[in-house]
Amino acid sequence: MESKFKTPFGQFAYTVFAWIIGLAIFFPILWMVLTSFKSELDAVNMPPLFLDFNWTLENYTGILEQSNYFKFAMNSVILSFGSTFIGLIFAVTCAWAMAFNPTKRTKDTLLWMLSTKMMPPVGVLVPIYLVFRDWGLLDNRFGLIMVLFLMNLPIMVWMLYTYFKEIPKDILEAARMDGATLPKEIIFVLLPMAIPGIASTMLLNVILAWNEAFWTLNLTTSDAAPLTAFIASYSSPEGLFWAKLSAASTLAVAPILIVGWFSQKQLVRGLTFGAVK
Amino acid sequence: MGAIRLENVKKTFGNIDVIPGVNLEINDGEFVVFVGPSGCGKSTLLRLIAGLEDVTDGKIMINGVDMANESPAKRGLSMVFQSYALYPHMTVYNNIAFGLKMAGETKAVIDEKVRNAAKILNLTDYLERRPGALSGGQRQRVAIGRAIVRNPAAFLFDEPLSNLDAALRVNMRLEITGLHQELKTTMIYVTHDQVEAMTMADKIVVLQAGRVEQVGKPMDLYAKPANKFVAGFIGSPKMNFIEGDYARARDCACVGVRPEHLLLSTEQGDIAATVKIAEHLGAETYLHVNADNIGPMTVRATGEVPLSGNDRIWLTPDPERIHRFDKNDKAISN
Repeated sequence: MESKFKTPFGQFAYTVFAWIIGLAIFFPILWMVLTSFKSELDAVNMPPLFLDFNWTLENYTGILEQSNYFKFAMNSVILSFGSTFIGLIFAVTCAWAMAFNPTKRTKDTLLWMLSTKMMPPVGVLVPIYLVFRDWGLLDNRFGLIMVLFLMNLPIMVWMLYTYFKEIPKDILEAARMDGATLPKEIIFVLLPMAIPGIASTMLLNVILAWNEAFWTLNLTTSDAAPLTAFIASYSSPEGLFWAKLSAASTLAVAPILIVGWFSQKQLVRGLTFGAVK
Repeated sequence: MGAIRLENVKKTFGNIDVIPGVNLEINDGEFVVFVGPSGCGKSTLLRLIAGLEDVTDGKIMINGVDMANESPAKRGLSMVFQSYALYPHMTVYNNIAFGLKMAGETKAVIDEKVRNAAKILNLTDYLERRPGALSGGQRQRVAIGRAIVRNPAAFLFDEPLSNLDAALRVNMRLEITGLHQELKTTMIYVTHDQVEAMTMADKIVVLQAGRVEQVGKPMDLYAKPANKFVAGFIGSPKMNFIEGDYARARDCACVGVRPEHLLLSTEQGDIAATVKIAEHLGAETYLHVNADNIGPMTVRATGEVPLSGNDRIWLTPDPERIHRFDKNDKAISN
């Protein structure tokens, strides 16, 4: 790529600026990881200790004894992948219809779908809580999967729609002429061409669902509780245990951080698709 | 077998009549070309036959059965798209095999048919490549290969040559004509290029604003255009139209003379004119002239003609080959 900056100094300044922004965003995570290896005393020390403290694993051993990390982690996996999988089924068909058979109101429909994301979730907490209570869905994985799936559906449809728009309609029509039925046209022709888009959509939604805290905390207690609830259980009213809380948080974000790290290329491509040519 | 009959086929988008009602008979084995200016509805008509668009009204009889409401897959037709529309994620082999797989053929049958088609189209060495690694002409051949393996009732071509450069276009034109002679399958070919229409067709269908203006053999359309539109569209350079006194003297509203049917003289003739631009092509010369009392005209003369701008010339239309049109632009038979 050709640089926009004509002088070496401009290039240098740009690099420094990018690093400052990057470090500022990364710093809380770094601090959390460092704190998780401190004793509770070191964790609240003033001035803060950066690297010269007694490194310890006692927080990790402590919380793994105290609570069942793997149960929470398993719930997180089931909730995030479950909601993403169901979401994909709806989003692919929905985006197919809007991208290849648009009507006059397709743009409005898309905007309307996005507008549901602009409402604060707490605004519908009471009605949804009551429905969940009456239907026996409180602290139930299926109920939560439904909420997470519906919450992220607009984003999935938008992302896939942008992707599908880039695929020439002719190719799908060629498949139709070749005798492919609609499901075969989607499975053998559309999806293979849209793999990068589908992968990044999946990834983003797994991350969003994994980190979702509002609904998971409000609608679960123990059986369906994911890692967000596991973290929350360490911010207790009887005083904060910073080091333990940090260790719990580190354990909660580690899996998704690793997944995200390995697929960052895919993710960046997906998020900027259509914007960059 | 591939006889197709359109009975009063209509298509409206919103409240616009794109095809107000077309009747057409296409015989088995015929090479039919739909030609017309862009936006005349020729591609829409092809897509209606293919089943990629739904008809608003009318019947599409394929081998005697009304297929107007059937899916494209059930009609047994193959289509070659302008953009080729190859599956970019599949090899050439799988591109050609896709239709056979969808039809549930066995692996052995698929392999035999794909290799056979590849042989006819000179694609054997490229079977394992993806479309991205092929040239324009090769991609076009893959698209044709994908169409022929299914052994369709008819082939539909939607401006298949317009993405190719001029030299390749002439080549592919000959290849498609050769393929038609070999397979003897019905072909419907859409183009805006009247040269392709004239050279390839058994039967030309000239369309304008969704209406069939004339149907006929290429030379019939050339010799006896039914109206002024067909007269102007078929033939290159375009036919000269002369109105006013010259036409009134011949009992019509307009006289049409093709540039090649004007006798050229530097001494005498019916119409006096001044040469404005002379285009020397070697084998022939196009003269763009300004005729006295008539206006701009084009003359096509064979061979080298030593004329240039501002030369005075005289033109005499071949009386056997002038076309007369009434005030509704309909041809008056001589």
